[in-house]
Amino acid sequence: MSDIVEIRDLRKTYAGGFEALKGVTLNIHEGEILALLGPNGAGKTTLISTVCGITQASGGSVHVGGFDILEEFRAARSMIGLVPQEIALEPFEKVISTVRFSRGLFGKPRDDARIEAILKKLSLWDKRDNQLKELSGGMKRRVLIAKALAHDPRVLFLDEPTAGVDVELRRDMWETVAELKADGVTIILTTHYIEEAEAIADRVGVIAKGELMLVEDKDDLMRQMGKKQIEVQLSEPLTAIPEALASYALELRGDGCALVYSYDTRAERTGITTLLNDVAAAGLVLRDMQTRQTSLEEIFVDLVAAAEGDAA
Amino acid sequence: MNFTAIMAIYKFEMARFFRTLMQSFLSPVLSTSLYFVVFGAAIGSRIDEVEGVSYGAFIVPGLIMLSVMTQAISNASFGIYFPKFIGTIYELLSAPVNFLEIVCGYVGAAATKALFIGLVILVTAHFFVDLEIQHPLAMLAFLVLTCLSFALLGFILGIWAGNFEQLQLVPLMIVTPLVFLGGSFYSISMLPPVWQTVTLFNPVVYLISGFRWSFYGMADVPIGLSLLAIGGFTLACLAVIWWIFRTGWRIRN
Ligand SMILES: Nc1ncnc2c1ncn2[C@@H]1O[C@H](COP(=O)(O)OP(=O)(O)OP(=O)(O)O)[C@@H](O)[C@H]1O
Ligand SMILES: [Mg+2]
Repeated sequence: MSDIVEIRDLRKTYAGGFEALKGVTLNIHEGEILALLGPNGAGKTTLISTVCGITQASGGSVHVGGFDILEEFRAARSMIGLVPQEIALEPFEKVISTVRFSRGLFGKPRDDARIEAILKKLSLWDKRDNQLKELSGGMKRRVLIAKALAHDPRVLFLDEPTAGVDVELRRDMWETVAELKADGVTIILTTHYIEEAEAIADRVGVIAKGELMLVEDKDDLMRQMGKKQIEVQLSEPLTAIPEALASYALELRGDGCALVYSYDTRAERTGITTLLNDVAAAGLVLRDMQTRQTSLEEIFVDLVAAAEGDAA
Repeated sequence: MNFTAIMAIYKFEMARFFRTLMQSFLSPVLSTSLYFVVFGAAIGSRIDEVEGVSYGAFIVPGLIMLSVMTQAISNASFGIYFPKFIGTIYELLSAPVNFLEIVCGYVGAAATKALFIGLVILVTAHFFVDLEIQHPLAMLAFLVLTCLSFALLGFILGIWAGNFEQLQLVPLMIVTPLVFLGGSFYSISMLPPVWQTVTLFNPVVYLISGFRWSFYGMADVPIGLSLLAIGGFTLACLAVIWWIFRTGWRIRN
């Protein structure tokens, strides 16, 4: 897969001296959905704004479709659509004219059929002649998406598209994002909802304190999450794993007082029953037992805590 | 040049103007009529003539300039300040347009509106006094250049302004006094010698003088100087705007 967005060592220090991006390097694959997770103030919006030309980087470089965002800004920006985090619309403007305006602003000739298709896709066609101030919050957000799509971008940045959106609309939004992906649009979205990243992303990135802590394939992450561990605590410590249990790939921990067994929760047979039978048959006495699961949430929390520890 | 983008911005701005067309049209007609009643009829009846031109006719170029300058400034400054204020400027900044295209769109629209109002006043004045326009082409050129240069100034103001107060204060505190003291309603030669010299530091004097020359062939300062002044002013504004977009001052944080 080729990379449609290449971000190299991107830095941003705001006028007050605050370092919001501390050298972010990230490649975004063509056609993927990348979810960026991170706590408030992590630098997600700053990252997106810098790529889109709204804020000036203090260092590093960004290429979109191979074009430098500063040297070849026209070619680079023509490929990008942006849906900002904050809803910003001219209150007295009509839905259809604001979407048309966006298309013109990006230098594309007027195309009423295309605008109609976009508005219909986002269930805004009935509202096309309404003034923007007459729309609900969720509708306004969809207008912002329509504006971002009006010039047929190949890369779409969605900054918290589902913040303050009800459950049903969130599902609609996910569907829209999936359809856009099917049309070949590369999508980068930020979110605070881990379920959202799980539901739609191909890859997941975690940002904290202006640093990219992790970018990984969602399925790989899910596999790690699907892993569960059972820890069997013994009343008598062992020096080695008994011959009878050799086939289980067990780990000896806690000075020989605990046996740790990893298994896949989604496998048909987890092997727990036979393991426990064999443990009893080997003459080992159980004192206690517990299971642990790594979730995306846990990975996320750990990473963020690590970042905050570094900063402190 | 991305002409489609320029037209998109221009049309978008003009749409705002057409939404309030009645107000855009009525207020200059009304205020001009009032000026004629007060200055032309009441005061003018005591000043009968200025260098061979009836006082009512004499003030017409100044009146037009006064409205055109304030309108161009307020339209352009509001046009760019508003997107900054409500946040829609993100779209301009992320679009494949350069500073010249953004300026052409906004300043072009603001200048068009100001020009429209200037012409409305000219027509309204025509009903009150006998107007002669000796150099119609020069008159139009001065009018258009004034609309453009003051719209450029307004654009700078709109980008600089941090709140609505500043947006309104600058035209009110700086531009209106300069225009009133710039010979809109009197000839410089009517002032005491000291004030004649002081007045020459007011850039607006050169514009009004040139504009009046295109009507009646009389001027306070040589016409060449007037042209130089307006040309220099336009270039200075363009240079400032170019710098603003280069550095991202007050737009790209
Ligand atoms: N214009 C600005 N001037 C100074 N500091 C800023 C500016 N914009 C953002 N910051 C700071 O940069 C940091 C990152 O902000 P950013 O908006 O990128 O966070 P975020 O990850 O998008 O957060 P959220 O999830 O709340 O939207 C924050 O500490 C914020 O205070
Ligand atoms: Mg944000």
